[in-house]
Amino acid sequence: MKILILIGNVPDTTTKVKFNADRTAFDASGVQWIINPWDELALTRAMELKETSGGAVEAVVVANVGRAETEATLRKALAIGADKAIRIDADPKEAGYVASQLATIAAGYDLIMAGIEAADYNGNAVGGMLAEMLGMNSVSAVSGIQIENGQLKINREIDGGSQVVGLPMPLVAIVQKGIAKEPRIPAMRGIMMARSKPLEVVQPIDAAPMTNMVTFEMPPAKAACKMIAEDQAKDLIHLLRDEAKVL
Amino acid sequence: MSASAAYIAPDHFLVDELFSEEQKIVRGSIRDWVTRKVKPVIEDHYERAKFPDYLIREMGELGIFGPFIPVEYGGSGLDYISYGLIMQELERGDSGVRSMASVQTSLVMYPIHAFGSEEQRRKYLPKLATGEMIGCFGLTEPNHGSDPGSMVTRFKDMGDHYLLNGAKMWITNSTVADVAVVWAKDEQNVVRGLIVEKGMPGFTAPETHGKWSLRASVTGELVFDNVKVPKENMLPNVKGLKGPLSCLNSARYGIAWGVIGAAMDCYDSALRYALERQQFGKPIAAFQLQQKKLAEALTEITKAQLLAWRLGVLKNEGKVTAAQISMAKRNNVEIALDIARNMRQVLGAMGITNDFPMMRHMMNLESVITYEGTHDVHLLITGNELTGIPAFK
Repeated sequence: MKILILIGNVPDTTTKVKFNADRTAFDASGVQWIINPWDELALTRAMELKETSGGAVEAVVVANVGRAETEATLRKALAIGADKAIRIDADPKEAGYVASQLATIAAGYDLIMAGIEAADYNGNAVGGMLAEMLGMNSVSAVSGIQIENGQLKINREIDGGSQVVGLPMPLVAIVQKGIAKEPRIPAMRGIMMARSKPLEVVQPIDAAPMTNMVTFEMPPAKAACKMIAEDQAKDLIHLLRDEAKVL
Repeated sequence: MSASAAYIAPDHFLVDELFSEEQKIVRGSIRDWVTRKVKPVIEDHYERAKFPDYLIREMGELGIFGPFIPVEYGGSGLDYISYGLIMQELERGDSGVRSMASVQTSLVMYPIHAFGSEEQRRKYLPKLATGEMIGCFGLTEPNHGSDPGSMVTRFKDMGDHYLLNGAKMWITNSTVADVAVVWAKDEQNVVRGLIVEKGMPGFTAPETHGKWSLRASVTGELVFDNVKVPKENMLPNVKGLKGPLSCLNSARYGIAWGVIGAAMDCYDSALRYALERQQFGKPIAAFQLQQKKLAEALTEITKAQLLAWRLGVLKNEGKVTAAQISMAKRNNVEIALDIARNMRQVLGAMGITNDFPMMRHMMNLESVITYEGTHDVHLLITGNELTGIPAFK
């Protein structure tokens, strides 16, 4: 059994978000990049499955679409324990484009895991699109994966409870919180061993983006908080009705 | 406002661009681990004067012990800048946690690797790397601190073993250590290294109580009363004070990096607080005297980062001198202690509580400025370097 993990390279979640002058692109200067947190949990679960499967999981491979500067993120994934990394050398413009690129390398895997959401643009379509392109089953909102008798047993979060489904492979699992307890921290030995693990660079295919980014808007700045004295409750009515116009 | 808000490491001069991707992954790992495992428990352990010993095996699994020791002996084969960054991130958590790792790595694993026999390396290093074994280092004595050459701990050659007598003081990890690398004089007054194991008859390690510093770290004595040490436990490949002094060089190198972490933690906490705390209708960060403190802290952190980075490059290239390490240790500890004090002031009364890390770092750094060569002695090492006249003798 071979597992592929789709890895997003996203800004650290403490990043102060800025855009370029015409607000058509994110300003990446001075940004620290990390593995998309949901993808990191997926990788952690894949490593757990490999370690506890008694040899059933032969390899865990990670892949992303990104330029050379994203290799640090892949190298960290290798340090966590992935056996091999694949980088498709292109800008990850939007979900359709990224899925088209990943489809060129994703055949032959029994289980593909993608995070439920990307921490940068809140994208969530790559996993589903990839399954469609490859003609594979996909299952969303996955919070647990076990291997039992060569089959996958999958937990899904549903409204008011959870659902357990058994599914044949190959399969794309779109995973969320709960898939692993917490992301695995790479050990120093793993970091050293990652030096010699393969990181394959693949050229992209021509694929037309399905969407076009028009502009970004920052949320309006929070207005100052107005304090009202205890005995001036009628001012509150005035402020809510006449100024905020919410009454 | 919360002390546990996401940490943002200062990097005013884009020092990150000087580090390799691998070094940044190393730093990120230890940073995440400290955030997850050390930060949430450290204030409580500090208050109770208890080392979080359940973390030791985890530290071993992560590869915190002996990162620069070759893989064949259980290390990770990383470079010295990676070692420095590990120390920096551990000390962002607590100087006591960093001290535990410093001692294990630089004062125990380093001498066994550098001066030990092949049998000693194979016997001790893999277990020290995993944390299965804890080590300590005995040099300082009750009456001999800055002047270790006058030590009175001695051993006699009894034919089939050595007989060791004496006492060592201010020993990190003493009571919990399975092995102690002890420096003692032979009958010809030559300083030699002996590996003394827990349980050898006549060897005891009482704890030192009443510390107001490094409270989350174990400190004690080592007492040797006619301890029979097997001959194969002598470190065969070093004679004289250069043995222990080279260990101290390795540890001081780690301290020069480590204390930057403590300074960064104080700065980060104070900056957040100053931006949120309102007085006279505006954040206190808007007042010039608060900005002065914060700006000076960032300036000194930046200088310390660059000093440590250059020191690391020299160490990786095998060119670093004891005097350079001494200067970096002295400078960086001093700025870290000043920053801890000044950042505490930014917080006003809140700064004295254990909701914030400044007082703990400040009290820890009083030890760090004293151990591994006092602040004064390091100045005299530089004085000796530039005049050729040793003023400490």
